Amino acid sequence: MCLAVPGRVVEITDTGDIAFRVGKVDFGGIRKEVNLAYTPEAEVGKYVLVHVGFAISVIDEEEAQRVFKILEEMGAVEEELGEIPQ
Amino acid sequence: MKFLSEYRDQKAAEQLAGAIRKKVTRRWTIMEICGGQTHTIVKSGLEDLLPREINLVHGPGCPVCVTPIELIDKAVAIARRPDAIFCSFGDMLRVPGSAKSLFDAKAEGADVRIVYSPLDALKLAKQNPQKQVAFFAVGFETTAPANAMAAWQADHDRVENFSLLVSHVLVPPAMEALLSSHNCVVKGFLAAGHVCTIMGFEGYLPIAAKYEVPIVVTGFEPLDILDGILMTVSQLEEGRHEVENQYARAVRRQGNRPAQKRIAEVFEIVPRQWRGLGEIPASGFQLRGRFQKYDANRRFPFSGEPARESPECISGMILQGLRKPHECAAFGVKCTPENPLGAPMVSSEGACAAYYHYGRRQNQFVQPELSSPARR
Repeated sequence: MCLAVPGRVVEITDTGDIAFRVGKVDFGGIRKEVNLAYTPEAEVGKYVLVHVGFAISVIDEEEAQRVFKILEEMGAVEEELGEIPQ
Repeated sequence: MKFLSEYRDQKAAEQLAGAIRKKVTRRWTIMEICGGQTHTIVKSGLEDLLPREINLVHGPGCPVCVTPIELIDKAVAIARRPDAIFCSFGDMLRVPGSAKSLFDAKAEGADVRIVYSPLDALKLAKQNPQKQVAFFAVGFETTAPANAMAAWQADHDRVENFSLLVSHVLVPPAMEALLSSHNCVVKGFLAAGHVCTIMGFEGYLPIAAKYEVPIVVTGFEPLDILDGILMTVSQLEEGRHEVENQYARAVRRQGNRPAQKRIAEVFEIVPRQWRGLGEIPASGFQLRGRFQKYDANRRFPFSGEPARESPECISGMILQGLRKPHECAAFGVKCTPENPLGAPMVSSEGACAAYYHYGRRQNQFVQPELSSPARR
């Protein structure tokens, strides 16, 4: 039930009252209307995390690379030490 | 980058598992709080990638599983009213009540509808002013802003035929209840990433300090889980007990302030009954002040039979991580997703359902399927 899916904001409709702020979010080709009241910082082109019709977070694209950077570093160290990754 | 499929890469998963193997020197029991994480672990066969020293136990983070049986009975009673449209997330429909599930009520003619969002239920109320539209507002902190907004918009738009049957629970008090239990075996936690998206993770700092237990805020994809386990194991091996954030792409330390503000406006913190765990102080939300007029519990008086649990279901032990699903005598025999004795066999976040669907039995090897695109 806590499932949330990332999607790209393609359109924002400003309704005046922030509580009713909505946008269209693209989930790999499927577009859905999403309430954006809780992500005032969401912009067209940004990725948001959507749960039961609400964007709950804007994805930090730099942080999203973190695990891959760690893996890269681990790979480099292993190469340096001549270890074969298991 | 789509922020999804990249985190299912098998080679990267094996690399992380290798790093965990290098780090670990002794046996550690780690609990993932959220049922969504349990499903990733079991479906992707992550336990087979991990060294034997790592024992993963599955936590109570399944809102469907911990919703009290009394509330299921109440939901069924409301749904059976001739003037009612009862709306729910799909997961709740098959959960067994004392005598019936919402699905049974629907089969007998009750107007039970599956909705994607509480705002869909509010829309139904506006479209059907002659009907009473009730929504089963279950969930953890993740879902609370959506349900709070439904109540807030109903009040704003003066929709009177709408109500919420609230069963909202909170993660940190449940963690404390587990940790303070004398038979607690958990040495480290993967905290539920999406719950922390809303609430942040400062609330976990006192828990990590008091119980000297590492807590790592963790995401939901296979690489997230393995990374979270690596961070937890590193802390355990180094004798640290800190709160760390593996899921920084979605979770900020302070959480989502606008969402917290709306929650505080609409809900107040109350003690809650957890199915299988009993009452936990200050562990849930109830509608407050002017929003109480949307409380289905108040609107529809209930005089049903006292609730009855199946005597064979050991879901309480499973939700505390004291037993695993396949250790239950009824598992897969008397209790299946089609004919469940308890909620964990029904929910898409229930540990029993995960073990059943992905074929996990003791000592049985499950082929990892890390790059599978089809998930729920």
